[in-house]
Amino acid sequence: MELFRNTNIDFLGKKWYFLGFSLIFSIAGVLSIAFWHHIPLGVDFKGGTLVDVKFANAPDLGKVRHAVDDAGYHDAEIQRLGAATQNELIVRLPQRETSEQSLDRGRSEIIAAMEKYFGGQGDKLDLNNSGPSQIASYLLNKDPLHLGTDATTRYNEIARQITDFRDKNRSGVLSSINELNGAVPQQVVNALNEGAFTSQFAVRSVQIVGPQVGAQLRKQAALATLYSLAGMLVYLAFRFEWIYGVAAVVAVFHDTLITVGAFSLTNKEITLTVIAAILTLIGYSMNDTIVIFDRIRENIKLYRRESLSEIVNRSINQTLSRTVLTSGLTFLTVLSLYLFGGEVLHGFSFALVVGILIGTYSSIAVAAPMLVAYQDWRLAKTGTAAVPGVAGRRTKMRA
Amino acid sequence: MRKKLLPKTLFIIAVLLVFVYGIFLGTDPDKAIAAWKQQGPLGAIQQNIHLGLDLKGGTHLILQVAVNEAVNAETDRVMQSLREDLAKASVTLTDITKPDQQNHPETIAITGVPPDKVGALRNTISDTLPRYDLSSGAGTTYQVVMKPSELTSLKQRAVQQAIDTIRNRVDQLGVSEPVIQEHGLGDYQILVELPGVDDPARVREIMQSTAMLDIRLVIGGPYPDEQSAIQANNGTIPPDAVILSGNTGRSDQAEYYVVSRTAAVAGSDIRDAQPSRDENGRPDVNFHLSNEGGRRFSEFTGAHLHDRLAIVLDNRVREAATINDQIRDNVQITGAFTEQQTQDLSMMLRSGALPASIHYLDEETVGPSLGADSIRQGVLAAIVGMTAVLVFMLIYYRGAGINADLALLLNLIILLGFLGFSHATLTLPGIAGVILTIGMGVDSNVLIFERIREELRAGKAPAAAVEQGFAHAWLTIVDTHVTTIVSAVILFLFGTGPVRGFAVTLTFGLLANLFTAVFVSRVIFDAVLNRKERGEALSI
Repeated sequence: MELFRNTNIDFLGKKWYFLGFSLIFSIAGVLSIAFWHHIPLGVDFKGGTLVDVKFANAPDLGKVRHAVDDAGYHDAEIQRLGAATQNELIVRLPQRETSEQSLDRGRSEIIAAMEKYFGGQGDKLDLNNSGPSQIASYLLNKDPLHLGTDATTRYNEIARQITDFRDKNRSGVLSSINELNGAVPQQVVNALNEGAFTSQFAVRSVQIVGPQVGAQLRKQAALATLYSLAGMLVYLAFRFEWIYGVAAVVAVFHDTLITVGAFSLTNKEITLTVIAAILTLIGYSMNDTIVIFDRIRENIKLYRRESLSEIVNRSINQTLSRTVLTSGLTFLTVLSLYLFGGEVLHGFSFALVVGILIGTYSSIAVAAPMLVAYQDWRLAKTGTAAVPGVAGRRTKMRA
Repeated sequence: MRKKLLPKTLFIIAVLLVFVYGIFLGTDPDKAIAAWKQQGPLGAIQQNIHLGLDLKGGTHLILQVAVNEAVNAETDRVMQSLREDLAKASVTLTDITKPDQQNHPETIAITGVPPDKVGALRNTISDTLPRYDLSSGAGTTYQVVMKPSELTSLKQRAVQQAIDTIRNRVDQLGVSEPVIQEHGLGDYQILVELPGVDDPARVREIMQSTAMLDIRLVIGGPYPDEQSAIQANNGTIPPDAVILSGNTGRSDQAEYYVVSRTAAVAGSDIRDAQPSRDENGRPDVNFHLSNEGGRRFSEFTGAHLHDRLAIVLDNRVREAATINDQIRDNVQITGAFTEQQTQDLSMMLRSGALPASIHYLDEETVGPSLGADSIRQGVLAAIVGMTAVLVFMLIYYRGAGINADLALLLNLIILLGFLGFSHATLTLPGIAGVILTIGMGVDSNVLIFERIREELRAGKAPAAAVEQGFAHAWLTIVDTHVTTIVSAVILFLFGTGPVRGFAVTLTFGLLANLFTAVFVSRVIFDAVLNRKERGEALSI
């Protein structure tokens, strides 16, 4: 099977469409960054507290809001996480404490408020918010199986089975104790029914970031991105003439800008893992560009009579099949990550989905036309052709 | 032309076996086999491939060590001995102070030294304080400053000691595979990772408690508030006494005590603390004193029979008891403790005190249910992504698709085997790295196959086309790998925890890809060509 065979598309002829397309997306992103959502930073960069709570049934948002207000956090944001059927919410508290000592006050107060509104059966054991050791000691006290010497080990084992069942089969929240029927002995379920209960929520994760770490991380992320771009420039300068390097870095910068703009437009948070995705894209988008540049250089030697724009067109067409196929396959895996990888990786895979599309487009529509535009400009100015093909260090034929 | 492929084939099979061994048996085969027997092959894999906190659940902390406190403690001691030594050398002076305790705890200022005593001052300092420099300031003021190298090493020691102390405490909690190490570059921070621990409040209590315990003489108390404590002592607190709040559990009201400023016995004299119960069955902590401490305590209790002593923990009076006998070295503290608290307290007394206080900078807790969901979703995404790629390659390249699929599977096996051998940690972004490796790894095959097709179209014989295809694609493959690996290495240098996991899997996945997509794939092509008659078409 073959998708592209001897294509002959006049890519350079469409350069004004490309320019328009790129400008629309870049400007939309820049406008959103400047005036609308700005760059929505995740809690790891911004500092603050994030509590991920899962409920047994669809949570009443008003009641959650009430609980959070009650704890004194009127500026807290409450947000649904993932699909509505997941019954999961994120409570986000802005950085408020200036002292590092009371950093985790927000967490304990939010959990206490949840406990009050969605849990609360006095001294009873809350099965949804207890660890195996607490459950084991409860069972040891009750001793429903009338065990002798090995009671401690056996009850620890049962407690572990209960938390495993809760965490792996029920995503952390049991809606009633009777759900444990079959997973653990009947006597244990009965004993739990006597003195334990299942609250309607469980805390799935908590992230607390102090101001110092947030600032440190912002600096590191910025440095990492800069070093990455600089590393690419050095590599390209070594492989090609400088104008190729500049064109490739402009294309990659264009990709980064549009990807970050997409986060701003959709108001998705940029976290550390998103930065990781963007750095990966810088590398990925660069190599599409390199493949086309290699072909251009090779063709400049083969077709000395042709104009640069003809050569660039020919080169893009020759590598089109490869470019579309490899990007398409990577896109397939990234799409699967976006669709099935879960909420935690949502931002990461979103960046990759957007970035791979844009990165592939920019290799064809931004980087290569820039070479032609540069040459036209030089020709108009000095009358000599400026884009060298033979001067590169390697002159071997390339794929 | 037939190629000899036996040695290459054997080599590939050997590599396959080694990495399959890495996946299932890892570096500790006995444990892995035990896990296999108990939980099947998946158990064995989990034994070898370490899961990160985001997959396993647990607590991740970044702590700041207040190193200036350790410096202050050191310079306080130096100021004390300096006073005595200078008095001995009959150097007169107005005062010895620390002008900027907050920012420059390493600087001590001596004011009002008459010019004729400067020589004696110099001599005293060079004799007794070799790790300090003396410089003259304005007028009769002189500065004694800790040498920069000494200052750095003192701070470094404080961090190291804090790490050791925290490790001791964590070990006693029974956490498996904790990570406790210095974090960042020279910011005096500590990274703590506690897999499976999701009760951060308790962790915090254990980490942060400095557990400073000492025994002092009670001068008066308990009083309901500080005012009445002062009044009861005729309006002034004597210079050798302090007011401390108390929590002895005797009443619900606030308690204040006036106690001696210096301790009869300090925390460093304590040996072998154990939780136990007193005669009334209340939880208490029982400990012994060192020889030296025991001697002092015996003198102290002998001199103060029928007075009261206070047991002070972190500057709060936890117990005030009448001294009925001379006590030598066995002490019990009872004082409104729960059983858990006596266990934690004796553990902290055993593990020693922190050299400086620590603050939380960052804290992340992942519950086990979120980790389990993440594993499930990550694996699902990997399987779907991989199946899509495998099926596409089969449809698009037919015979050669099988070749690419085999190379891809071997790539995955090498990557997982590498994780098993190297004890690198697999995080959720790490799983994403595995998925991306599949997507980017197949790029190499596409590059080669497209080139072979081009050569075939140009009329070359299959064997020559394969030869040319691999030769031409090689440099481009190196390019694509270098650019991505450069990004990944930078990520590894700058990232933390989960992101590092991503950089690791991506880098090694792509390195393994060089082997599978180029070497293995070539051997498979050659094997196919060997079985074909000359001129027979290649399925690609």
